Amino acid sequence: MNQKIKHGDTETRGFSLNIPVPSWLKGRFFLWLFPLSFLIIFFFFPLSRIFALTLNTSALTPENLRIAYSALRFTFYQATLSTILTLLLGLPSAYLFARYEFRGKSLLRALTAIPFMLPTVVVAAGFNALLGQRGLIPSFFPHSSFNFIGTLTAILVAHIFYNTTIIIRVVENALSSLDPKLEQAARSLGAASRQVWWNITLPLLRPSLLASSLLVFLFDFTSFGVILLLGGPKFSTIEVEIYLRVLRLPDLPLAALLSVIQLICTLIFSILYSRIVTRTTVQTTPRSAGSNIRKPKTLRERIFVTAFIFLLASFFLLPLSALPFRSLFRIEADRGQRGEVQYGFTTDYYTELFVNRRGSVFYVPPIQATINSLGYAGATVVLSLLLGFPAALALAKPTRVERILDPLIMLPLGSSAVMLGLGFIISYGAWLTSPLLVPFAHTLVALPFVIRTLQPALASIPERLRQAASSLGAPPFQVWRTIDWAILRRPTLAAATFAFTISLGEFGATLLISRPEYPTIPVAIERFLSQPGGLNYGQAMAIATILMVLTTASILLIEKFRLPGAGEF
Amino acid sequence: MLEVRNISKTYEDKPLLKNISFAVGMGETVCLLGKSGSGKSTLLRIIGGLEEPEAGQILWNGIDLTSTPAHLRDFGLVFQDYALFPHLNVYDNIAFGLKMRRMAQGEIYWRVANSLEMVNLSGFERRNVTDLSGGEQQRVALARALAPRPRQLMFDEPLGALDRALREDLLNELRSILRETDIPAIYVTHDQEEAFAIADRVLILHDGNILREGTPVDIWANPGSAWLAEFLGLGNVIKGTVIGNDKVQTTFGDFINDCTHKHQRGDEVHLLVRPLSAEKAPVATEGNSRNETNLLQGIVKDVMFQHDRFKVTLDNDLCIHLSEAPRVGQQISVRVKVECLA
Repeated sequence: MNQKIKHGDTETRGFSLNIPVPSWLKGRFFLWLFPLSFLIIFFFFPLSRIFALTLNTSALTPENLRIAYSALRFTFYQATLSTILTLLLGLPSAYLFARYEFRGKSLLRALTAIPFMLPTVVVAAGFNALLGQRGLIPSFFPHSSFNFIGTLTAILVAHIFYNTTIIIRVVENALSSLDPKLEQAARSLGAASRQVWWNITLPLLRPSLLASSLLVFLFDFTSFGVILLLGGPKFSTIEVEIYLRVLRLPDLPLAALLSVIQLICTLIFSILYSRIVTRTTVQTTPRSAGSNIRKPKTLRERIFVTAFIFLLASFFLLPLSALPFRSLFRIEADRGQRGEVQYGFTTDYYTELFVNRRGSVFYVPPIQATINSLGYAGATVVLSLLLGFPAALALAKPTRVERILDPLIMLPLGSSAVMLGLGFIISYGAWLTSPLLVPFAHTLVALPFVIRTLQPALASIPERLRQAASSLGAPPFQVWRTIDWAILRRPTLAAATFAFTISLGEFGATLLISRPEYPTIPVAIERFLSQPGGLNYGQAMAIATILMVLTTASILLIEKFRLPGAGEF
Repeated sequence: MLEVRNISKTYEDKPLLKNISFAVGMGETVCLLGKSGSGKSTLLRIIGGLEEPEAGQILWNGIDLTSTPAHLRDFGLVFQDYALFPHLNVYDNIAFGLKMRRMAQGEIYWRVANSLEMVNLSGFERRNVTDLSGGEQQRVALARALAPRPRQLMFDEPLGALDRALREDLLNELRSILRETDIPAIYVTHDQEEAFAIADRVLILHDGNILREGTPVDIWANPGSAWLAEFLGLGNVIKGTVIGNDKVQTTFGDFINDCTHKHQRGDEVHLLVRPLSAEKAPVATEGNSRNETNLLQGIVKDVMFQHDRFKVTLDNDLCIHLSEAPRVGQQISVRVKVECLA
């Protein structure tokens, strides 16, 4: 009897020895070593340098405070205006999606969601292709002095274009999870449709309206690429001002001061946002699915539905389709160039991408920028997966201490890209000659997304599955291959694509730290757009189109591979 | 008074309601009883104006309300899951319908207090509806529907979400409130006990038609169809063939009943054997068993004690009630009364 137990004992011990993972690696310490060191070196240390610079006497001068104040005021102004306008488009759209059945609904919803994932340079190029001076619509009216680019309107329209999907998603969700019986009860108690809306529906939507508006405000507040590319440096928000004080009128203490103000503001908004979100879960009455959705019946409903479908489709489709169209369509309308207007399809802009026309050392042909971008993106994928995997593994079953680390790891998400760039410049200015810094900056931006994609997948693998597999006779490697990898393959692909896409489109930080001889696609687009001439403009369109196609393909891949419900922030 | 005339409705291309017509008299409580999916809730929502019929009319005192929107019909509605407004407190929930009717503050205050008293929740005005128990929430929903004193009340499975003891309490309160206020009511349920307890008149909804209509006593005594007898759980329904003068041959033996229907020899009929009608007969011996009628025989499969008697299940799945418990495995024979269901 005794012997039997002993025998079994050694057997199990022998089995556990079979697992080729050294016991020290199982320690949580080693899971955290690399991700945390990375964050400390590339995020927290630069952050502390920015703070230190702010406390410097040269930063807190009355003149600097005046500049900061006016930048802050304008940032608030444009963000508030953008949020209100986004709400004006988003709320009726959310109602449209939540309440009415119509053909092409999911397609239209997907269309409204595309801009949110697109790089700012692509969106800016899209609006430029449609409404810019060389754009499609102004070219039909060559004698009008129509001006879109460089106005506040352009900034506002692009912000609406970007963020309407947030309002639609959150409010549509709230609207359709609303118990239809509440509205029916109100009607049976004598409330007309308008009274039902004001007394029942709207008050019940308030938390989700507040939450989504605040999120939109946060994005508008920290917006950089849109404002720089569509508004120009004269619209100095805090972000643009930081950029100016780094590259155009160097004054690093002022830039640091602006960064700190920016960080404090976003921190306050983020805290407010998460408090609203936790309070949003007021009522979750079971609902009879679908009973809220109907086909438009009355004339008024039909007019509303048709008009809004048309409005949304054209608002979201026009800039997105103007870009590829303009990249293949020549409009040489400039009087200065060849005298007469030439229209027609052309592939010149694409073939031109391969030519180093200036023959200058500092001028890089766009195809080189594409190669740079792909290289940076590849490095970012490898780096962020290497760092993200152990962190996600630890966070999948966090200890109490690690729960505190979670928001810390997500912190780079809340800080602006321009600020990350500034931190790099202040802390590692000496290494700026090396192109290696760029993937590190991109990894910093991508890491929270990678972790949030992997973490739920890792947490979803029950230990019982592994035990079942090994009890059925699978050796450890087979257990890993048949259980872990089978489940993790798709989320890993999604995380990799996330990192890839983010790196491809990253504009703010890259603009600050990339060397002129190693531009990325977004930086190249910015350069082309800021230079005169139809050919430069055409090349900007061509390369922006390439970026748009790459990004859209990546978005589709992510949607395909990621776990349902994962990647929420 | 409410009149429902030839209402038809299809659901996912299948007819749900076929030409339904009935009326509700003054102060009458009419119960729509049917299985889930029988369209009874849809019918209620059509009456309330929350859904549109494909054909037919809803009339009040002869005036057509079919195209009148819900908020102008003045029909109070109580839902199964209460549908209380979560962002309003008890007072504001009950006051909602009064505010929509633009009543004066003082009148509203008085009416809310009055309605709360009616449902035994006086003093609950400032409470949050989400903090109330299920029973309390349903009382508030009832008070909310009562407060505007609608000309017609409608209940959609109002007690479905409550546990048994609470259901009985609320059912009694509801009966007395309906009697007191004299508001005509339509009560939708799938629970026959509830229906028989509260209704003046019961309408059985089956396959989109009103299968049977009558007082609870009437329906209980004469279900009139095999389906209804089974749905109400009245007893064993067995199939047989008429072989002569009220004599029916079945696989369980021959039965004689005083049936008022006119049957031809060879007609297929259904017989109802109520478990309570059984009395123990001497065990049949080989010889006489074939000649005797109205005898059920079988081997006892299961005996279950119920209240003051024993529910005995036989090996042929028939079920009878006896005052004395037989042994499991014992061969027994009981004499029963049968009713013809046509």
